[in-house]
Amino acid sequence: MSDTDQTTVSRREFLSKTSTATAAASIAPGVFLTSAAKAKPADTAVTADNRWGILIDTHKCADGCNSCVSACEEENGWGGSDNSEHESNDEQKSQWIRKVELKHKQTGHVTTLPVMCQHCETAPCVDVCPTGASFKREDGIVLVDKHICIGCRYCMMACPYKARSFIHEDLKDQKPWAPRGKGTVESCTMCVHRVDEDGTPACVEACDSENHQAMIFGDLNDENSIISQQLKEHGGKEIRADLGLNTGVRYRGL
Amino acid sequence: MSSSTVLRRTGGALLALILSMANFVFAESDHHLPFSELKIAEPVTHFSDTQACVEPEDEMRRNHMEYILHQRDETVHDGIRTRQYALEECINCHATKDTTTGEFIRVEDDRHFCASCHIYAAVKIDCFQCHADVPVRASIQDKLQSGMNPHDKMNNEKNLSADTLELLTSKGKFNE
Repeated sequence: MSDTDQTTVSRREFLSKTSTATAAASIAPGVFLTSAAKAKPADTAVTADNRWGILIDTHKCADGCNSCVSACEEENGWGGSDNSEHESNDEQKSQWIRKVELKHKQTGHVTTLPVMCQHCETAPCVDVCPTGASFKREDGIVLVDKHICIGCRYCMMACPYKARSFIHEDLKDQKPWAPRGKGTVESCTMCVHRVDEDGTPACVEACDSENHQAMIFGDLNDENSIISQQLKEHGGKEIRADLGLNTGVRYRGL
Repeated sequence: MSSSTVLRRTGGALLALILSMANFVFAESDHHLPFSELKIAEPVTHFSDTQACVEPEDEMRRNHMEYILHQRDETVHDGIRTRQYALEECINCHATKDTTTGEFIRVEDDRHFCASCHIYAAVKIDCFQCHADVPVRASIQDKLQSGMNPHDKMNNEKNLSADTLELLTSKGKFNE
């Protein structure tokens, strides 16, 4: 058991540290490691042993860099790369992750950071959902089950982070690993299809390949994971910590 | 007596008028019944003794929706990503190409595997409002990833069609 865990940790370390990894190179370890130990076999359900989270260092997040957003668009088939929402205006179009710029009024200091679904432990979107479509997985990832979503958009109103979008029109050519369609709400899935296969979210991978390494993905429940160690050493803030939501996405330098 | 005769006569005249009008309408459409122009596609069979589906054919015909429904809940809520009953693998296996254009047939077309039956049976499905109706990524990568063979009764190495091979080598997401 410990062997398996160590292999997993070293792989995550490898992925997050391989800053020069090109798209092709980052695929190679993914394929290679299928023959080695996996964190979770495909036929096993996720458990509360893991809690997935992302730590974002706003000092390292570069002003003007948008690679996490475009990587998410590319991976999940929303926004510019796909451009399938022809009828919707900019306010209506889906936005799973956005870059936010903060300027300190007194000092003029500019901070940029990506904001997406914060994967709250006590998620308001889950509380308000009348059908149970908005739910939190055992491992802390907050998702929409679009099969039972009725598109009421209560969750969009409840979310303090404006993380969710509603699809207003018929779509075509969605990605098989990220199904999305008219009349349902959607948001960041923390690339759940990748996480289930022991992968890293597309935004984190893109940030690493830009050599910024502003994002660390990992298991908050595993005290040996890089994200836990970083949080222990430097701490990490929640946005709107006053709401007490215990978010899975944390920020440094805010 | 007279009143009933009048009525009968009037009725007969009306009937004749209606019939002549109907004749006129039929004449306009080359004497075809209006429905005769409707094409009803017969369901297409894509599997054989050598290429089995994930379950016996009669079982799949009756209960394929149960398998997909079960798999969908397990995948979305529990992160179980076995390929055996995944909708994506149904599409990867059952997709057909247009013989003239060489493009995969979309679900709006009654030659699409799912559509061929569902149009015939008039059962509307909404799977493809969200899910891909044609193969997108190479399925063999997922077989490697999950370590499970989606079609346990098939020997994939030997039975890969030319189309599948082309998909795996040129169009697979992970092979770019």
